[in-house]
Amino acid sequence: MTPGGWTFMLVSLVFVWGLTLWCFIKVLTTRGDEQ
Amino acid sequence: MAKETGHKGAHAHGHEQWGTRLGVILAVAGSAVGLGNFLRFPGQAAQNGGGAFMIPYFCALLLLGIPIGWAEWTMGRYGGRKGFHSSPSILGVIGRGSLARYLGILGILIPLAVSFYYTYIEAWCLGYFWHYLTGGIGIDAAAPIAEQSARAGEFYRDFTGAESNGVIAGGSFQTLMFWIITFSINIWLVYRGLSKGIEKFVSWAMPIMAVCALVVLARVLTLGTPDPAHPDQNVINGLGYMWNPSFEALKNPQTWLAAAGQIFFSLSVGFGVIINYASYLRKKDDVVLSGLTASATNELFEVGFGGLITITAAFIFLGTTNMIGAVQGGTFGLGFNTLPIVFSHMGAAGNFIGAVWFLMLFIAAITSSISMYQPSLAFFKESLGWSKQKATTLMVSICLIGSFLVMYYSKDGIFFSTIDDWVGTFMIFVLAMVQIILFSWVFGIERGWKEAHAGASMKIPGFYKFIMKYVTPTYLVLVFAAFCWQNLGSWIRSVAEEPLRQGAILLIVGTIFVLVLCTVIGERRWRAAGLDVDGRDEPRD
Repeated sequence: MTPGGWTFMLVSLVFVWGLTLWCFIKVLTTRGDEQ
Repeated sequence: MAKETGHKGAHAHGHEQWGTRLGVILAVAGSAVGLGNFLRFPGQAAQNGGGAFMIPYFCALLLLGIPIGWAEWTMGRYGGRKGFHSSPSILGVIGRGSLARYLGILGILIPLAVSFYYTYIEAWCLGYFWHYLTGGIGIDAAAPIAEQSARAGEFYRDFTGAESNGVIAGGSFQTLMFWIITFSINIWLVYRGLSKGIEKFVSWAMPIMAVCALVVLARVLTLGTPDPAHPDQNVINGLGYMWNPSFEALKNPQTWLAAAGQIFFSLSVGFGVIINYASYLRKKDDVVLSGLTASATNELFEVGFGGLITITAAFIFLGTTNMIGAVQGGTFGLGFNTLPIVFSHMGAAGNFIGAVWFLMLFIAAITSSISMYQPSLAFFKESLGWSKQKATTLMVSICLIGSFLVMYYSKDGIFFSTIDDWVGTFMIFVLAMVQIILFSWVFGIERGWKEAHAGASMKIPGFYKFIMKYVTPTYLVLVFAAFCWQNLGSWIRSVAEEPLRQGAILLIVGTIFVLVLCTVIGERRWRAAGLDVDGRDEPRD
């Protein structure tokens, strides 16, 4: 695997994992309307 | 979400609602995550520049996929506030009239017609899962690759009836059984309703799918170098095959088209599902964070699992020379020919991993297919004023006809791939364009922006106003134009030449006819009930 390959893969993974985790944390910690 | 106090006169029978915010997010994410995440994406990336593909891919995600998703969530919720739950009625309100209303029929046609063949493919996943659980599909790992490929292909063609038309062709009586089971589970879940059926199901199905994906990922990433005779066929090189960038590809418009197309279909925008699912939200239920979360989840499965598993595993066992053919096999080639070969090389645990993989694909597919039945059910209920039982009977009848035609005319998959081309590809572009133009230009971006932010748990970055009004529609129109330029000529010719394709078109036309009829009846009923069919007034909730 080339350095470019590592870069694209790691940046992409950090982005999708980071965004998803951020979103779910925000969903779970932000009060929606009452259940 | 609290029990709503009721939309005046809008619902003939009962109020459907999402139980929790997480529930609707998982339902939309489930709808989006499908076979394409694990099979189509890796093939597309590998063929269009590898790692470099991620540049046009993420551009399309940020400028097309996510904004259209936000528009659809917002319009769906707005329509729900007016008492409507189907794309024709909702777009009629947003677009203020009959043109938008009848274009909205696409939002029922697409999920309904796609379900005719999608549930069939889902049944293949269930069938393959069963076979892997009970001993595999008979590939001999010691035989030459060509022979293994032949055996995988033979099993596939037999199982899917690709050899010839006719129900129960070859060994596919079993396939019919798996289809009956699959279809029944779908209808049962949808019939149980939004909260007790779909929401309850996705809340455990999605985590299980994630666990399955993690198991397969862990297995693939720890494969090392299984064959000492081929030291170059290892995990790192496998990852490299997928991710090493080829920047040359970025100069080719085809790459940009492929990336936009992949994002588009992966996120399930313009499919008629999000607009229906969101219509069961209340005025103060967030759509911004929810929409972003559903999209992010889809991307996690696509890039984080699909991007690491499929090509890597194939490369490790097949090597560079065989990869080109494997990748060109597309979604079905990779999923049902290449990967079975891969599992047969994984030794004793191969069948177990294969079973986990196909279970994961089955869950991915069923969380998508239940979302395809729900819009039609809602539409028949609200246009005809029928009870859930009657509407379900009508929907099941139509689906039985469509699905049996797909299964009967199974030769080479020509019949269903025609539906996939025209409804599952072409019409989705059209509906998405209609939606973003209605949202940004007819409903108006100022109004739409304000509506999107009602109850929102996060703010959309301000520059997205400009993006949603000018960039997204332009980008989409360009992609669609390029797509038509590239495909329409040959598609029309192939329909003219092949009776099976003509038959599929006939089925589509017949379905459109039924839906138009229902819309005509529905419009009359809604006007008689005093509903704001053309979106003249603000919602009164």
